[in-house]
Amino acid sequence: MRSLDTFTALNRFGLGAGPGDDARVGDDPRGWLLDQIRPGQALPPGLRRFRSAAEIRAEIARAGRESNEARTRTVRRAMNRDFRQEVMARLRYEIRTPEVLPERMVRFWANHFTASLSRGSRDGVTIPAYEREAIRPHVFGRFRDMLHAAARNPTLLTYLDNVSSVGPDSPAGQNRQRNRPTATTLNENFARELLELHTLGVDGGYTQDDIIEAAKIFTGWGHGGYRRGGDEPIHGNFQFVRRQHQPGPKTVLGRVYEEAGEEEGLRLLDDLARHPSTARHIATKLVRHFVADIPPPDAVARIEQVFRDTEGDLAEVTRALVLLDAAWADPLAKVKTPHEFVVACFRATGSLPENQPDYFQPMRLLAMMPHSAPSPAGWSDRAADWLGPEALMIRLEWARGFAARQPGTLIPAEILDRSIGAAAREVTTTWVERAPSGDAALAMILASPEFQRR
Amino acid sequence: MLDRRLFLKLGGAGLAAALASSRVAFASAPTDKRFIFVFLRGGLDGLHALVPYADADYRRLRPSLALGRDAVLDLDGYFGLHDALGPLMPLWRAGELAFVPAATTRYRNRSHFDGQNLLENGTARPRGARDGWLNRAILGLNGGDDRLALSLGPAVPLILQGAAPVQAWSNEQLPDLNDDFLERLAIVYRDDPLFHAALTGATGMTEPDMSDDAPTNDNFLISSRAAADILRAPQGPRIGVLELGGWDTHNGQPYRLRRLFERLSQGLLALREGLGPVWSETVVMVASEFGRTAAENGNRGTDHGTGGLAMLAGGAVRGGQVAGDWPGLSPRALFEERDVLAVNAYEAIFKALLIGHMGLDPAYAERVVFPESRALEPFTGLLRA
Repeated sequence: MRSLDTFTALNRFGLGAGPGDDARVGDDPRGWLLDQIRPGQALPPGLRRFRSAAEIRAEIARAGRESNEARTRTVRRAMNRDFRQEVMARLRYEIRTPEVLPERMVRFWANHFTASLSRGSRDGVTIPAYEREAIRPHVFGRFRDMLHAAARNPTLLTYLDNVSSVGPDSPAGQNRQRNRPTATTLNENFARELLELHTLGVDGGYTQDDIIEAAKIFTGWGHGGYRRGGDEPIHGNFQFVRRQHQPGPKTVLGRVYEEAGEEEGLRLLDDLARHPSTARHIATKLVRHFVADIPPPDAVARIEQVFRDTEGDLAEVTRALVLLDAAWADPLAKVKTPHEFVVACFRATGSLPENQPDYFQPMRLLAMMPHSAPSPAGWSDRAADWLGPEALMIRLEWARGFAARQPGTLIPAEILDRSIGAAAREVTTTWVERAPSGDAALAMILASPEFQRR
Repeated sequence: MLDRRLFLKLGGAGLAAALASSRVAFASAPTDKRFIFVFLRGGLDGLHALVPYADADYRRLRPSLALGRDAVLDLDGYFGLHDALGPLMPLWRAGELAFVPAATTRYRNRSHFDGQNLLENGTARPRGARDGWLNRAILGLNGGDDRLALSLGPAVPLILQGAAPVQAWSNEQLPDLNDDFLERLAIVYRDDPLFHAALTGATGMTEPDMSDDAPTNDNFLISSRAAADILRAPQGPRIGVLELGGWDTHNGQPYRLRRLFERLSQGLLALREGLGPVWSETVVMVASEFGRTAAENGNRGTDHGTGGLAMLAGGAVRGGQVAGDWPGLSPRALFEERDVLAVNAYEAIFKALLIGHMGLDPAYAERVVFPESRALEPFTGLLRA
């Protein structure tokens, strides 16, 4: 490995270093990354064969009309054919692709707009498709467009309960109040997380009243996968359900949104995307992810400025991130998450998972099952949350077994140079050389702090 | 039943030599008392667990969710216990189970993540500290040299993160590492504080024996059994943290909470059974980051609220009581016209348990563990004399 900057490019901004990566990065690591920032990238070939979220959702809804058993069967099949297989296809692409930065950004933004299986909803099987449709196309586009795509996506609307949020004074709300009196028919979960997690941030200057008003604005944002009386056709796409929409003007953050049906939500999203708190919140998260667990204020300020100046042009924001001096100052500042670690192990050895358990087992043991973040806040971006004693031991045990399964033809010294070369400390090199066997040496490389950091 | 590695067991001595600065014995545990914290992440609806079934406001606020006299186990003529928590009634009758309704931390803003942070860091602000109050309490109990605390699950939660080393156990099935590999690795980790601390924390731990237990897939039950077995050992840790998630019941609350209550009950009973003779020295506290709205929402669920519930179980608890104040559910009593008013402070309960049960210095508890909380005096009457 030619330089410490090569290590940083491949780990801080990449997915770990594999065969041939050093030559690809060449003598201009920053330039190599900047070249990967191309808006409107095509879908990776391995992901083109998967169905749309709407198709999956509609199939489940139609099966539900037949019987509960049919629906259960359909969900189970989708879990395997759509969910698990796309997770594996996505993983194989991450392991093999030289275009690593876009993949890192897809992971980052999908985590920012987390939808998770942890709620146990049937609709969770659409999450890989949601990532492919709502997140991936926009990682080098405009934040505003990604926000619209995510917030209008039935997967997220379902995960955050918006599909069942009904305006109290809407026809559906009035009807429901008559049948089963309740204090409110509103569900504020989506609105709250939209403000707290996706845009303004928890200190972004909004109140409980703003949340309730925003929730009213979004009443009716749902999808066509429900049977709603009449003969409305079943489809799995976004649908504005007017009879659930709370009528009348709403006020969020001091601005009045006159009654305009579906339009109200679009306007609010635009205002949220432009809000200074959003720029600050996004910049803080990006810098925490790409620089340090405790984001340096200067770096945050720089990214925040670019975000505001370019009105959330994520290609420009990503360029600014790559060009941050702070991002190259301490190549070992961050710890890889379990997913990043497992991907890096496969890349380092040039191998691929042979079957689903090769990936799902370590993810389960390390408490990072695909698309199963414990809350809408997504996976943690802090080392302390990923490197407790037990978590470390499981990483080590898994890595030891992984190393033992690799072919004996691998040469540890080559893998050491390829994966952590320029960052390797003398103590690590020494103890890799002294290892009693080839697979013990490989295990020592994978277990080293240099390999587990990025 | 569980095929799990032994954490170096006795081989830890060899590793200890490599880790020049660490000490892996439990020679000087400062107390024989046990404290177990069960964290229900997601926001437990206290009103659905400890049910004010006799309250007309309760029935008014929850036309479809309210539980009637026949769906609860009466405790005092006003409150009743959800019937899925019924397995805990023997503890109530034995005076080993108490409740504090309308309780939460100083947090008032209804974000899960901030609420959990604040509960765990022990300050008045969501990002007021980067370590957990229980970890700081351990430093105050014995300087933090001995592995006093046990975390159940692969990740150590914020409440236990900090300068004091912590042990961890989880239910997993990978082959053991050999001691030779770990000893070499310990040298490679020596100059990396984060990795060094994690490796040190993982060594020298005793392994729970659960060979007699009935098989189960419930991770909370497995963790409860393991916690009981490890905490029971005379030379083992004294403090444990368990988690059970899934409480964010924006919809379908009746079914979801029934299942969770059943699991919680089984876990608590497993703690009592597994701790055996030291149950009498034990306090288990069950808490959640906040309560939920007093009124139901439109989806047979409830939204994020404020005043929630604390449950205390154990032989050292003065049980058989619903303790603390209760503001009621009248329109004027609600916080911001929607939530149960939090008149009882978790911090006051935590302080009472740390000082009165674990023997922590009161001044240290005020200054270091729960800073800026002097106004919340330690809760009285929760512990047996």
